Amino acid sequence: MDARTSALQRLTQRVLEARDGKTALNIRGGNTKHFYGNPPRGEMLDVRGLSGIISYEPTELVITVLAGTPLAEVQEVLAARGQCLPFEPPHFGPSGTLGGMVAAGIAGPARASVGPLRDYVLGVTMLNGMGELLTFGGQVMKNVAGYDVSRVIAGSMGILGVICEVSLKVMPTLPACNTRYLDIDEAAALRQLNRWAGEGLAVTASSWHQGRLHVRLGGAIAAVGRCQRQVGGREIAPQDAAGWWSDIRDHRHEFFALTDSELQRGQCLWRLSVPDTAQPIAFLGEPFIEWGGAQRWYRSTAPAAQIRSAASAVGGHATLVRAADKSPGAFAALTQPLMQIHRRLKQSFDPAGILNPGRLYAEL
Amino acid sequence: MDDPTLPRERAARQLQVVSALAKILPDDCILYRIEDTHAYECDALTAYRQLPLVVAVPETEAQVAAVLRACHALNVPVVARGAGTGLSGGALPHSMGVSLSLAKFNTIIKVDPAARTAAVQCGVRNVAISEAAAPHGLYYAPDPSSQIACTIGGNVAENSGGVHCLKYGLTLHNVLRVRGFTADGEAIDFGSEAPDAAGLDLLPLVVGSEGMLAVIMEVTVRLLPRPALARCIMASFATVECAGGAVAAVIAAGIIPAGLELMDKRMTAAAEDFVHAGYDLDAAAILLCECDGTADDVEEEIQRAIEVLKANGATRIEISRDEKQRLTFWSGRKNAFPASGRMSPDYMCMDSTIPRKRLAEMLRAIEAMEVKYGLRCVNVFHAGDGNLHPLILFDANDADEFHRCELFGAAILEASIDVGGTVTGEHGVGVEKLNSMCVQFSAAERAQMMAVKSAFDPAGLLNPGKVIPTLQRCAEYGKMHVHRGALPFPDLPRF
Repeated sequence: MDARTSALQRLTQRVLEARDGKTALNIRGGNTKHFYGNPPRGEMLDVRGLSGIISYEPTELVITVLAGTPLAEVQEVLAARGQCLPFEPPHFGPSGTLGGMVAAGIAGPARASVGPLRDYVLGVTMLNGMGELLTFGGQVMKNVAGYDVSRVIAGSMGILGVICEVSLKVMPTLPACNTRYLDIDEAAALRQLNRWAGEGLAVTASSWHQGRLHVRLGGAIAAVGRCQRQVGGREIAPQDAAGWWSDIRDHRHEFFALTDSELQRGQCLWRLSVPDTAQPIAFLGEPFIEWGGAQRWYRSTAPAAQIRSAASAVGGHATLVRAADKSPGAFAALTQPLMQIHRRLKQSFDPAGILNPGRLYAEL
Repeated sequence: MDDPTLPRERAARQLQVVSALAKILPDDCILYRIEDTHAYECDALTAYRQLPLVVAVPETEAQVAAVLRACHALNVPVVARGAGTGLSGGALPHSMGVSLSLAKFNTIIKVDPAARTAAVQCGVRNVAISEAAAPHGLYYAPDPSSQIACTIGGNVAENSGGVHCLKYGLTLHNVLRVRGFTADGEAIDFGSEAPDAAGLDLLPLVVGSEGMLAVIMEVTVRLLPRPALARCIMASFATVECAGGAVAAVIAAGIIPAGLELMDKRMTAAAEDFVHAGYDLDAAAILLCECDGTADDVEEEIQRAIEVLKANGATRIEISRDEKQRLTFWSGRKNAFPASGRMSPDYMCMDSTIPRKRLAEMLRAIEAMEVKYGLRCVNVFHAGDGNLHPLILFDANDADEFHRCELFGAAILEASIDVGGTVTGEHGVGVEKLNSMCVQFSAAERAQMMAVKSAFDPAGLLNPGKVIPTLQRCAEYGKMHVHRGALPFPDLPRF
């Protein structure tokens, strides 16, 4: 029996024991995203025993990886063949895994131009709460056989199953890229970003903070050259630009790094996901804006209910990402019919309620 | 389809349902006489037909909700239906159910050029969205071949693709939000105009759910700026292997063309006969490779693509000079189905996806099947994403031919699973591929999918009997298959 089969057998055994004993399991890979979602609880279920790349064929644009494989390792292998995970998943630490990446479902600066992480999930093999090993999706680009469960697993925070294996669509790295900045105010920056998106400008990342708009252009060499002239502003040296975007992606930029004392004083980091045309939300203070205006971060001590209603008033929702106290719930409340479906889904995948209980919503 | 119900019971049930609906809908919105319901007996998979008990054609959302509530109270199955262009029988009526025609919901609610979105009712035709967006320089990217007729509601239900989804994605990748009703008539919203919504991402379940999870009323789609220019390369190859190799090489070179399509020799001949596009009739296979973007992007990509195609054995290369010629290149591909219709009284269009590298091998396997089943087959592929559309030619009036055609189709699907593929790339499972689902998924996986359906529709009233085969059906289909060719964890005891 090979290492991955025995690792899987151990995981299955643990799930079955937990089911029988009604023991909560805290599914864990590299433990880099413990701060995200509601606080983890239960016995640790480490999936790093399932590690390694099962197959990678650059001409198929598909990689299949065991869930405990370090993200950094996968990205290195892809880069060697001129390919990448285009949604730019964050590295909140060096040890993050592919399973954790999919379970959290977080995309980085390129999200607005390439789509969400779930669009790149082609298939998932997982253990449900009854210890059944199930595969949904597959290894091909177009697949509408049965319900697309694998993509629901993306961002599910581990409440439906233990991810064991993932197949992802990968893409070629763009031939050219260029980062520039302009000094303009928030409202003007939002208008400009929307206009560029409508004109098909090759913007692959954007940020606005403290009066400065950064844009990253990417694509064919000719296209990037043309867009540079259209955007104007000033260019940033390539190595500095790479650092700028990865500091935002990984929350190393000081805006995202709340100190212990700030947290103790009730300072919170909020993520607002809104339509990219939403007007600035004045009372929340100055945001850090990404994704062409669609992802807006705020540091605030305002009550959760007030922030959430401001977000839903513009057609979005607010996630409490970093806080000393997550009792308002990390994620915005659902409508009653949606919560009903969530409850029944949870019940069907994990009837004993042992997989990451409460991590997404207290009642799941 | 066999109808196990006695005529008298059926008539009584019909009366009951018609009386309930008469309290909700005007008389002309309820159809139940055979001459009126005949038009609804099938979708574009005409080999399967079934008269519905009743057809309801509501005009307002409040009526839809009320029809759903009434059907729920009476425990009557509901099969939602758009334009009926589906190719897998997803909209095949239920003999004891209501077919819910949503054709009257054909209003474009809003095109928002600043946000690059359009909110449309479910019965709006696919191409009408792009037409409404055109004045703003925008368009809706997914373009199934039936786009002049098919509706966005049906596109969402089937997660439709098209020739450009290699670069621009399927319906799922271009839909932001879906609003509709649950089986019991409660309003529900999936996704949002923000990049994501709170909670589990249910949009990928609803998109592609074939009408089994909710009734879709309104869809908000993402619009894209229309590329300034598109040009198409037409390349000939002496063997299908060479053409398959060239497809892989284009992708490996980091080029993602807007479309990358392959037609085999027989298909090319049929298409040429139909549209006179000037196809190379000596080639064993023709590849259409489209590049779009600004003029300089297109120039750059075309040069790179031509280099790769030549290095991989292209025997003749032609590049479209202008828009007219580009459309001519595509005309044969877009008309592959009617062209096949001229070769044979009937054809069955299959739809599986396989890893690109197995294309040539798959084509050889299909050739062998032609001999085995005594039927001809022509091939068009969305080669760029490995999506095959073999068209099996047969005569539906010949029962034996139809039977052989079904076996031929099932054999193609199973061969697709064996090489690591899937039984449907973009047409859906419907009723056509229920047996093949038994092969692709284990009993536990199918049970989990059934449980997903129950989470949305506990009473099991929305389009029952489609997509997920019952355990019993699979037992009857009952060959011993090795699941997906190889088990993911072969040493593990299975539960």
